[in-house]
Amino acid sequence: MTELIHAHPSSFAPSPSRIERVPLVLFAILALAPLLAPLTGAEGYVLSLLSRVMIFGLAAMSLDLILGYGALVSFGHAAFLGIGGYAVGILASHGSEDALIQIPLALAASALFATVTGTISLRTKGVYFIMITLAFGQMLFFLATSLAAYGGDDGMTLASRSLMAGTSILKNDRVFYGLVLFCLLGTYLLSRGIVASRFGRVLRGTRENAVRMEAIGFHPFRYQLLAYVISGMMAGLAGFLLANQAEFISPSYMTWQRSGELIFMVVLGGIGSLHGAIIGAAVFLLLEEFLPEILHFAASALGSDLQSRLVENWKMIFGPLLILIVLFARGGITGLLGRGRHG
Amino acid sequence: MADALLELRNLRKSYGALVVTDDVSLSVPTGEVHAIIGPNGAGKTTLIHQISGLVPSVSGQVLFDGQDVTRLPMHERVRRGLARSFQITSVLPGFSALENVSLAVQARSGSSYRLFGNAARERQLNEPAMECLNLVGLGARAQIQAGLLSHGEKRQLELAIALATEPKLLLLDEPLAGTGHDESRRVLDVLQRLRSHTTILLIEHDMEAVFSLADRISVLVYGRLIATDTPERIRANPEVRSAYLGEEEMA
Repeated sequence: MTELIHAHPSSFAPSPSRIERVPLVLFAILALAPLLAPLTGAEGYVLSLLSRVMIFGLAAMSLDLILGYGALVSFGHAAFLGIGGYAVGILASHGSEDALIQIPLALAASALFATVTGTISLRTKGVYFIMITLAFGQMLFFLATSLAAYGGDDGMTLASRSLMAGTSILKNDRVFYGLVLFCLLGTYLLSRGIVASRFGRVLRGTRENAVRMEAIGFHPFRYQLLAYVISGMMAGLAGFLLANQAEFISPSYMTWQRSGELIFMVVLGGIGSLHGAIIGAAVFLLLEEFLPEILHFAASALGSDLQSRLVENWKMIFGPLLILIVLFARGGITGLLGRGRHG
Repeated sequence: MADALLELRNLRKSYGALVVTDDVSLSVPTGEVHAIIGPNGAGKTTLIHQISGLVPSVSGQVLFDGQDVTRLPMHERVRRGLARSFQITSVLPGFSALENVSLAVQARSGSSYRLFGNAARERQLNEPAMECLNLVGLGARAQIQAGLLSHGEKRQLELAIALATEPKLLLLDEPLAGTGHDESRRVLDVLQRLRSHTTILLIEHDMEAVFSLADRISVLVYGRLIATDTPERIRANPEVRSAYLGEEEMA
C-alpha cells in the first residue's frame, strides 16, 4: 500500500489556468443524469443507483484525503458511515427526524470519534496504523450489533427519510439526488481547497518525508489529526446520506469488508486525486451491479448450464477483474485518463 | 560563557553498553563556524542528532540561546532557531525546489492551519523562499521537482531549506557528502556566503574544506572530545595527530 502511495506522482501542482477536464465531465454527467433518467424507463432505479454511487464516492473521497495526501491508510473508515447512519436512525427513533438536527449531530459524533481514535492511532505508523484503525472500526461494529434498542444485529428500517426544515421534500428521489450531488460537489471543492492550502501542503509534505517536516519546525501529528477529523466528518455525512438512501441502517454499514472496499475504490480510481475516488466508487458499484448481466450476455455462447453458473458466481470474475485493473492501470483509472490526455 | 549560542554540558548517549557520546561539553559562540571532525564511527552524527533533538540524550544538557532545550522535541528547537540539514539528502522529492523552501518559510510565518487559499501562490511565502534559493545559487532551478535535481543541487537545496527557517544556528551534517569536485566547490562557496548570516556547526570529512571554513575545530574520537581549538593549533596538536589525522595529511 505504501509503495502505491509513494509511486504516485505526488506533487499537487495546480496550474490556475488549466481547468481539469476529468472532474468537470464527471460532475456534468452526474448533474445531467436525472434529466436523462426518465428515458431509461426506470427513473427510480437509476436515481437510486447513482445516489448510492455518489454516496460511496463521497466516502471514498474522504478516505482519499487522508490516504492519498497524508499516506494514512485507515482500515476503519466504514465506522464513520455507521456513525452517520446511526445518527439518523437513533435520532429518528427518538422523534428528531429533521436533517438540520441530524446532520450536525452526525458530524459532531464523527468528529468526536475521529479525535479520540485519531489521537491514539496516529501515534503509530504503517501496518500498526492500519491495524489499530481496523480495531477501532470493529469495536464500533460490535457496539452496533449490541444495540438491541436500535435493531441489534438485524439493523432497523427507518420510517421515512429525514425531514428537511420540517418538510418532507427528501422523499422525492430527484430532490434527494440533488442533495447528494450537492454534498458531493461541496465536499469535493472543500477537499480541493484543503489540499492546495497551507494546511494541505503540510499534510502532503508529511506524506513525503515526516522527519524533514519536523526539521523545518512542523509537528506532523497535529496536522494528521486535523485531516483525520475532517475526513471522518465527511464520511459521517456520507453515512447520513446512505441511511436516507437505503431507509435502513444496520451494523453491516461498518464491517471491515466495507472499509476494505473503500480503500479499494480509492486505489481503483487513483490515489491522491480526489475525483479518482469518486470514479473508483462508481466503477466498483456499477460493476457489482451489472457484471452478472454482462456475464449473462457474454457467456450466451457457452451453453445455458455454464452460463448460469458463471452468472451465479459472478464474484469470481469481479475479484480478478478489479485486481487486473489495479495491476495494469498504474495510478488507477484516473492515471489512464491522464495518460490519454497528455498523449 | 554567557554569550555562547549553543552550549553542551556533559552530554551522553549510549545504546546499551555502547557509549556513543561520552561526556561531551562544548560551547559555540554566536557568529562562529565550528567544525566537528573525527574518524568514522566517532559518533559525530549521533551528536548532531542529540543537538537537533532527533535522538534523546541519556544525560547532560543542551543549552541553546540561554535556554535548556534538552527535553524539547525537534520541531520546538527548530522554532527557536536551531536548524539542521541531513547527511543523507532529505528533501521532499515530489515538491518543486521552491515549494520545499517556501514550506520552511511557512513553518515560521503565520498559521499553517489555514484550510483555504492556494499556498503555492502566496507571495509572502514564495518571495523569501526565492531569496534563499538565490543565496544558495538555485534560483534558476526553482520550479524543478526536487527529486529530479542533481545530488549537488539537492545539497544546495538542503541549505536553502535550513536557511528559510531563519536559524540562529545551522547544524550541517556533512554538507559535502557525496558531491563531486565541482559540486563541492559550489556548496563551499555557499557556506562561505552563509557565515555572515548565521552561526554554523558542521560535521565534515573533507579536511581541506574544514580547515578553510572553520573558526574552531573540535575533534571527536569514540564519543569523546579530545580537543577544541583553532585550525592551526588542531593541526599541530600531537594528540589529534596520533588519534586521527594521518601525518602526511598534516604536512
